[in-house]
Parts: sequence; structure tokens; C-alpha cells
Amino acid sequence: MTLASDPPKDGFRLSMLIYDTRFRSVTIQVIVLVLFLAGLFWLLNNAYVNLEAKGKDFNFSFLWTRAGYDIAQTLIPYTNDDTHMRALIEGLLNTLLVSVLGCICATILGVFVGVLRLSHNWLVARIMTVFVETFRNIPLLLWILLMGTILSETRPSPRDFRFTEAMQAAGETPKASMWLFDTIAVTNRGTNVAAPAFSNSLGEVVLPGNIPVSLNALALFAVLAASFWGWRRLMARAKAVQEATGTRPATWWQTPLILLGPVVAVSLGLGFHLDYPVITRFDFTGGFQMLHSFTALLIALTIYTSAFIAEIVRAGILAISKGQTEAAYALGLRPGRTMNLVILPQALRVIVPPLISQYLNLTKNSSLAIAVSYMDLRGTLGGITLNQTGRELECMLLMMLIYLTISLVISSVMNLYNKSIKLKER
Amino acid sequence: MTETSSFVRTDMLPPAPPPVSQTGVIKWLRENLFSGPLNTTLTLCGLGFAIWLVQAAAPWLLHSVWNANSQNECRSIIAETWGPEATGACWAIIRARWHQFLFGFYPMDQYWRIYVTFAALFVAIAPVLFATLPRRMLWLSLLYPLVAFWLLWGGPIWGPVFTALGFGLWAAVFLALSVRLGVVVAAGIGLVAAAVFWIYGVGALEASMQSVLPLALPEVDSDQFGGFLLALVIGVTAIVVSLPMGVLLALGRQSDMLIIKSLSVGFIEFIRGVPLITLLFTASLLLQYFLPSGTSFDLILRVVILVTFFAAAYIAEVIRGGLAALPRGQYEAADALGLDYWQAQRLIIMPQALKISIPGIVSTFIGMFKDTTLVAFVGLMDPLKGISTVVRADLNWKGVYWEPYIFVAVIFFIFNFSMSRYSMFLERKLKRDHR
Repeated sequence: MTLASDPPKDGFRLSMLIYDTRFRSVTIQVIVLVLFLAGLFWLLNNAYVNLEAKGKDFNFSFLWTRAGYDIAQTLIPYTNDDTHMRALIEGLLNTLLVSVLGCICATILGVFVGVLRLSHNWLVARIMTVFVETFRNIPLLLWILLMGTILSETRPSPRDFRFTEAMQAAGETPKASMWLFDTIAVTNRGTNVAAPAFSNSLGEVVLPGNIPVSLNALALFAVLAASFWGWRRLMARAKAVQEATGTRPATWWQTPLILLGPVVAVSLGLGFHLDYPVITRFDFTGGFQMLHSFTALLIALTIYTSAFIAEIVRAGILAISKGQTEAAYALGLRPGRTMNLVILPQALRVIVPPLISQYLNLTKNSSLAIAVSYMDLRGTLGGITLNQTGRELECMLLMMLIYLTISLVISSVMNLYNKSIKLKER
Repeated sequence: MTETSSFVRTDMLPPAPPPVSQTGVIKWLRENLFSGPLNTTLTLCGLGFAIWLVQAAAPWLLHSVWNANSQNECRSIIAETWGPEATGACWAIIRARWHQFLFGFYPMDQYWRIYVTFAALFVAIAPVLFATLPRRMLWLSLLYPLVAFWLLWGGPIWGPVFTALGFGLWAAVFLALSVRLGVVVAAGIGLVAAAVFWIYGVGALEASMQSVLPLALPEVDSDQFGGFLLALVIGVTAIVVSLPMGVLLALGRQSDMLIIKSLSVGFIEFIRGVPLITLLFTASLLLQYFLPSGTSFDLILRVVILVTFFAAAYIAEVIRGGLAALPRGQYEAADALGLDYWQAQRLIIMPQALKISIPGIVSTFIGMFKDTTLVAFVGLMDPLKGISTVVRADLNWKGVYWEPYIFVAVIFFIFNFSMSRYSMFLERKLKRDHR
């Protein structure tokens, strides 16, 4: 028996492609695909014709020619005799450096502000609200430019830090002074900070590709990792004892000892001390100098992103209903354990995804470095390399590819996390 | 029974006033500022910070100078009035150059066009923002983009008129065909019809109408646009276009059609994966490669298109979140009522999904409005970097740095803050639960 509404079975007619809803979606998809491919072909063909007309080809061999320009801040050794590829890597490292530091600082500041904004203290809550609204509603570019201007135009010149014997005799004081027990000097040229140094240094090894690695840092890192492993063992043993006997052995004094003791001992053995910046005739020597472009960018990215993170943290905490806390108390959990076992796992589910997308935003926003001439990926590959070699197409494509890779890596991590914490529904 | 001891009261005492510490200001202070040692410490820190901020900024603001012709004159006025050590704000620079911050290099005798456009903007968005206004006013909103375009760029009026007719043609074709052929096919055919009209009809019609009835405003070049005028042109256009585009992309991403879905995902992920700056540079550097040689089109238009794409990709993700937050029962109920895909979207899914996504959508808009400052890097005169650089390059105003930044920051703050307040108002208004 056939129902009246059964589709007619008398073969296929061409008009069914648009009148019949079963085939219409296929038709639409085919048309869209054809249009898309035609558009793509048109663009590529134009590019081919235009490149031909300009006498340019499309290849990336320029990456292995001499760069010939200097980069002010380099994480691995670089001279202007190195290749464009090396300059690209320097730029990428600078991007990653400012992004990672920015993410860390912004998270700390953002959590702090977000929690204080929920405080019952009227004054503090208001101040934090003003902080968030101010930094959220004004373009990041303004903060970057403002920080750059303040640092380079309002700070005293290194000369003002000089304190000569003549001045001492005359009873004068220098016009500017260093901060934090003479470890930091902010001049109009840069920020000089005391650097850690080792008098019994182990030296360094040079990895292939001319990448020096300090053995001191490696040794300290290895010791730290070993102590962390030891601490984990200690905690595991304490837990085993607690489960067997019901009483937990005291670990409060072993924890700092095992975590910090070896590191301090090794540092002392290596002769750890601080190399202070000292004012000489024209500028500071010793310590290390942070460029204002870097500092301004880092501060601006940090405060701007922290305003967003504060809102995320606040929303996450507010999203957990009060009944959860009360239920945990009713079960007899102490406030600390309530936080760790009940509130945080639920709040993090709300907080982490937008937090990671803020990290992503911060990384992309770091390309505003151009405003203060910080040499990030856009400054090297998309800036000077592009201008010198005249290969806009290759440079821009490569740059987009790199940013895209960073984003996709971060967002795939986020998707994994989301999947693992997803509420199971039907 | 009626015997009552003389020491037992027979009438109520009047209620005693609460203790001093439990009323008024003191209670409030105790509860909100000094409820414990930690709270007291926080209050004192906050108070110290506030006092420091005020005593750092107050003299500078109090010593403001509004009438001067150069930074040096400002300084000498401040030194004369307040003593040689005093610092003060020199707002005279804003007084002298406010028109550049607001309008860029737009010809001064044509400013009335900007004023009219701006006033009309409020008339056009009012019915969109507030549902209490008569619905007929929405026609004004629909017409506004073309009116604004004609007012700002000038030229013969017939171009915008016939462009509007093209849109009318599109709508007519769509309405005539959508029942029989489905929404997508009808919209596609309508677009083709309108495109044919725009490409082959408008030029000739415009020329002939112009010879019959010449109505034209003096033309203004795109490179004369600048300041907040530019930011608003880019921002408003991108907001208006990116919302429907974002809805379509979000639906495409949720779609069952594999090709549509992969194209949407590819577009969204690509746009969201690269910084806006690289996209803007693409617009200014690479477009010459991908278009037939000899084509040149307006830099503002290119930037607007790229910023719109950028915002649309973000909006699509926000709306996808809203769609995902709807319980599946809503989709199933729509199917059970026998609604087709577009009816279900229009009547059931989208109203709820959009309501959930309001905060996200508005914060995307705010972000995008702030991002309009980035156009400075492709050579446009944005209020922040482009104009400030021009103004500060003037020798008279050398050494001014706080005032232009503060001026620009305040204007951005007003725009963005009111957008976020409006979104909160809308959320409250649309809230249907826990009244």
C-alpha cells in the first residue's frame, strides 16, 4: 500500500533538482562548490598573471639569503649576516616571549582583580570595577602607545642617575634614583635590571644551529625537576601512610626543604650572585637591559588582557550556585577542601575555555608590536624582510601560516579540554 | 484572671531606636569597609591608592589651560598663574585641533554633511534599539546606509538611488520565488538579478537621470576621511553587515551539508587564526596580486570588507555557542510542528540563540570598534595613531602626549561603555525567567 504523500516514483526529472527538497540541498552544494572553485581559480589565475607581469616568481629561496638588518632584542645569537630564516625565527621567538610572559602576568593580575571585584569591601570592589571598565573599553593600541610614550619620554636620562664625588662634596643628590635596592633603573633608553650571575659558572654548550644553552640554567632546572619528583614521592608516601593508619605524617617542614634546599645548595655552589647595573659615564653597564618597546608592549598587553580575564574569573565564580558551597559544608568539608573539591572543578569548566581564547587573543594582539617597533614576527618577516626582498606574497602567506599554526595548536588543546569536561547529555 | 501584678506592664513599650553602630552611615561603613582585619587592610590600601591617584592627577587637571596657541604658551600661562613648578594640562591642543580628531581632513565647509549623517544615525538606529518606537521607522533604518554614503562621499544622488532599487529588485525576486523554490535558491536568483541590474543597468540609468535632473554633492575623497568619522564609518558598517553574515556562517557551520559546513569552518578558523593586522596588510599589499591588474578600489572599502569578515567570523562563533546552548527539545519541537528549516530558525531557534548570545555579540562589536584604530597601520588616519601623530608632529605642539590620548580614550570609552550598558539593558528586557 502506498500513502498519498509518497513521492512520485516515475523516474527522475531535471526540475526535481530545485523543486524537490531531497535533491535541492545537493544542487545548492554543487553550485556553491562550483562558484567557490571558480572564484579560487580566478584569484590564483590573477595572481599568476600579475606575478608574470611584474617579472616575479613564487619561491621561498629568499629565506636563505643574507638578511642584512639588525634586531634589537634577540633570544638566540643573531647578526645582520644571518639569513632571513634566522631573522624570522628571532621574530617568532620574540612574539612567543612577549605572549607567554603576557599570558602569565595577565592571568595573575586578572585573577587578583576578578576576585577582588567580588569582594564585600565596597571601596575595593568599586576600584576594581573602574579598573576593568577603563582597560576594557579603550583600544589596546592606545595603551601600547601611551606606555611607550611614558617610558621613553617621561623617564630621566641615564645621566641623571650619576652621583659624582663633586656632587657628594656639594651635598647634592642625583636627580633620579634606582628602585628596589638598586636593582632596577628605568631610564629613557631602557630598563636596566640586575641579572643573576654565577662566579663558578659551568659555561655553556652550543647546540647545532648556533643556539647556546647555559649549563648553569640546565643544572638548576634538573635539580628543580628532581626535587619536584622527590616531593611528589613524599606526598604519595604520606597519603599511603594515611590510608593505612589513618594519621597523616607531618610533611609541612619537609616540603620546603625538599623543594628549595637542593636548588639553594646548587646555586650557592655555583656562586650565585646578582650582577647589578652600574651607571658609567653615559649609560648603565652590567645587569641586562630590557628595551622599552618590549616593556611597553608587555605592560599594555598584560593590563588590557587582565581586565578581560578578571571578568571571566568573576563570571566563573558567580556561575557556581551558592547551594554547592552549602552542600559541601553540610557534608562536613572544610572551606579549603570545599574550594578544591567542589567549587574549583566546576568553576574551571566555565573559566578555562574563554581564558584560553583570551590567551589566543593576546598572542594575536602581540602583533601590535609594530606600534612601538618591537621586532616580533610581523616586524621581521612581515616588516623588514618583506620590504627588503619585495616578496609580499610569500612573506604574508608564511606569516599567516605561522599565526594560524599557533592558533590552531592552542584551540585544539582547548577542544580536547572541552571534550574531557563536557557534561554528558543524551 | 484580671488581677495583674503592678510590676507587669500592661501596655507595649515604644520601640527603642537601634544602637548607633547598627544604623545609618556607621552600620554601612562597618559592614562594607571595616568588617574584619583583612577588610580593613583592603580598605586602607584602596583608600591610599585613591588618594595617591587624586593627588597625582588633580593639580594637573585643575591647572588646565584651554586658550593658547602652542605648548610653550600653555607652559608659560601655567607658570604665571600657578608658579614655576606647577604642571597642568594643555587642552588648548584639543581646542585647536578637535576637528581633525573628529573628522580627519574632511573639507571644513562640508562639515554640515557629517552633522546631518550623524543626527540621522540616531534616527535610524532608534527603532532598532528600542522596540517601543513605531515599526514603520525601520524603513528609515533600511534606507540609512545609502543616504549616509551619499552624504559622506557626495557625488550624484542617482548612484545610491539605483543601488537601492537593485536591493528592491532582489527583495521582490526573493518574495516571488521563495515559496516555490526555497529560501536559498530564491535568494541566489534574486542576487543574480540584482547583480545584473547593478553591473549593466545602474551606470546608464545614472548618467541619463543625471542629465535630466542633476542632483549632486561635491565629492569627497576617501583619503580625506579620518578621525572618529573614519572609525564610525568602519565600525558601523562592519557591525551592520557582520551580524547577518555571522548568523549565516554559524548556521553554515551547524549545517548538514558537508560542503557548506567545511567552507564555513574553513573561513571562520582562518579568519580567527590570524591577527587583524595581517588581514589589513593583506588588503593593502596583496589585493593587487589577486585582482586583475589595473583594478583599484578604495582603501576604506577594502578595510571595511576585511574588518567585516573579521567581525563576522567572531560573531559566528558566539552565535554557535548560543545555538549549542539551546536544548535539543527546541529543535525537535520545531520539527514536530512541521516547520521547515528556515521557519524553525526564524521563529524558534534564532530568537532564543540570539538572546543567549547578546553579551558575546556586543563584546565582539566593542572589540571591533576598538580594532578600527588598527587601520592606522595601512595608512588611514584613525583618531588614535594617525591623527595624534599628525597633530604631535606640529612644532607648536611638540611635547604634548597625555592630552590627545586622554581625549581619544574618553571618546572611545563613551562609545564602548554605552554599548555594554545597552547590552545589559537588552538582556534584562529579554529575560523571561525568574521575574
